[in-house]
Amino acid sequence: MYQVKLGVFEGPLDLLLHLIRKHELDIYDIPIVMITQQYMEYLKLMETLNLDIAGEFLVMASTLIYIKSRTLLPSACDEEDEAEDPRAQLVQQLLEYKRFKHAAQQLREYEEEREEVFTRQAPPPEDIATDEDPGLEVSLFELLRCFQQVVDRVGHVDYYEVSAESNVSVEQQTEFVLNKLSVHKQMSFEDLFEEQNTKLQLIVTFLALLELIRHQRLLVRQPVPFGQILIYAVDSPNNSTAH
Amino acid sequence: MEIQLKNIIEALLFVSDKPLSINQLKQITDNEKKELTSCLNELIADYESRNSGLQLLNIAGGYQLCTRPGLAPWINRLYTSRQLRRLSPAALETLAIIAYRQPIIRAEIEVVRGVDVSGILRTLIEKSLIRIMGRKKVPGRPIMYGTTQEFLLHFGLEDLACLPKMEELKELLPADEPEGEVREGG
Repeated sequence: MYQVKLGVFEGPLDLLLHLIRKHELDIYDIPIVMITQQYMEYLKLMETLNLDIAGEFLVMASTLIYIKSRTLLPSACDEEDEAEDPRAQLVQQLLEYKRFKHAAQQLREYEEEREEVFTRQAPPPEDIATDEDPGLEVSLFELLRCFQQVVDRVGHVDYYEVSAESNVSVEQQTEFVLNKLSVHKQMSFEDLFEEQNTKLQLIVTFLALLELIRHQRLLVRQPVPFGQILIYAVDSPNNSTAH
Repeated sequence: MEIQLKNIIEALLFVSDKPLSINQLKQITDNEKKELTSCLNELIADYESRNSGLQLLNIAGGYQLCTRPGLAPWINRLYTSRQLRRLSPAALETLAIIAYRQPIIRAEIEVVRGVDVSGILRTLIEKSLIRIMGRKKVPGRPIMYGTTQEFLLHFGLEDLACLPKMEELKELLPADEPEGEVREGG
C-alpha cells in the first residue's frame, strides 16, 4: 500500500516530513493520531523487509505515542491559560530540520555547479631529484622486514664470536653508509649489509641508516610493492661527495 | 616583453593548484593590495572580454584560474577516470547545519537531524570539509566543529557570507509547504 523508496529517509524527521508532504498536511496542525498510525505502519514495513530500524526511529515512535496520549487525555491544565500544544516542540523540530534540508539542497546545487568547473590539479608529489620513477615510500615495517632477512642470513654464522674490540659506533657506520653511497649513488638494501658479518655490526649499520633517513641524507624507495628496497644518495650541500 | 605586475599575477595563478590569496600575492610580488586588486579585476575582465575558455574566480578567500562551465564534457573525456566527489544527502545536511551554526557540538547537530552523526562527522573530517575548532566550556568539554577552506572550495564559495541567509531559507518555507495546502487550495 505504500510505495516507499527504501533507504531514502535520512531519519525519523525526514520520514515525518515525507508523510506530511504526502498527505498534504499542515505542518502547524499535524493530525497526530493519523500521523502516528502512518509512521508506525512504515516502521512495520521496514520490519517486514528485514531492514535494520535505527534506534532513532523508535525514539520518535515513542515521542509520537506520547504526544498522542497527551492529546487524547483530558488535560488537567486545560483551564490554565491555553495549555501548550503537546505538538509544539515537534513542530519546531520539524521546521528547523526542514530549513536545513533546504540549506543542504542549496549546497547540492553549488556542488553541481562546481563540478562543471575545473582547476589545475596538484602535481604528483616528486620529492626526489632523479628523473626515474622513484617508486614507493618505504614504511618502517617494510624496512624492518628486510633487515630481519639480512639478520637471518648472517646472524647465526658468528654467533659465538665475542670480540672485545667490536666497538662499532653509529657515527662510524654513518660514515660507512655515506661512503658507500658516494661511490654507487644507488644500491640495494641487501648490498649495504653484504660485507658485514656480526649481528652487532648489522644492527649498528641499520641504526645509522635510520638516522640518515631521519636527517634526509638519503632516500629509501621500493619500486614495486614488497620488492627490493633501494637506497639513494641525496645531494645536499653538507654532503660533499666525490664530484 | 616588458614585464607588468599583471603578467606576474597571471603566471602565478596559472601555475598554482590552489587559490592564491591577496596576502600571498603581496608577499611574492611585494606590491600593495590596492594595485594587486586592480590587476586581478583587470584580469577577470580580460578573460571575460576575450571569451576565453578560462575564467578567474574569487573563491575560498583567494583567486583561482578555472575552466568555464560549458567545457566540462570535453574535460571529462580527457579525465575519464575522474571520480565525482558528490556528498551523500546525510553529509550535506550535516554540513549545512555546521556551516550555519558553527562552532557547534555534535549533540546540537543531532538535535536538528534527529539521528546519530558521529560517523558522518568522521568522514567529513577525513575529507577536510570540517575541522575541530576547540572545546565548548560546558560539562564534558565536547568538541566544537566548523567548516574549512576545503568546504568553500568544494562548493565554489568565496566565503561563508555567500551562503544564503538563514532568513532567506525561512522565507522559502511557506512556498513549498505541503503543496496542496497553499497552491491547490483555490
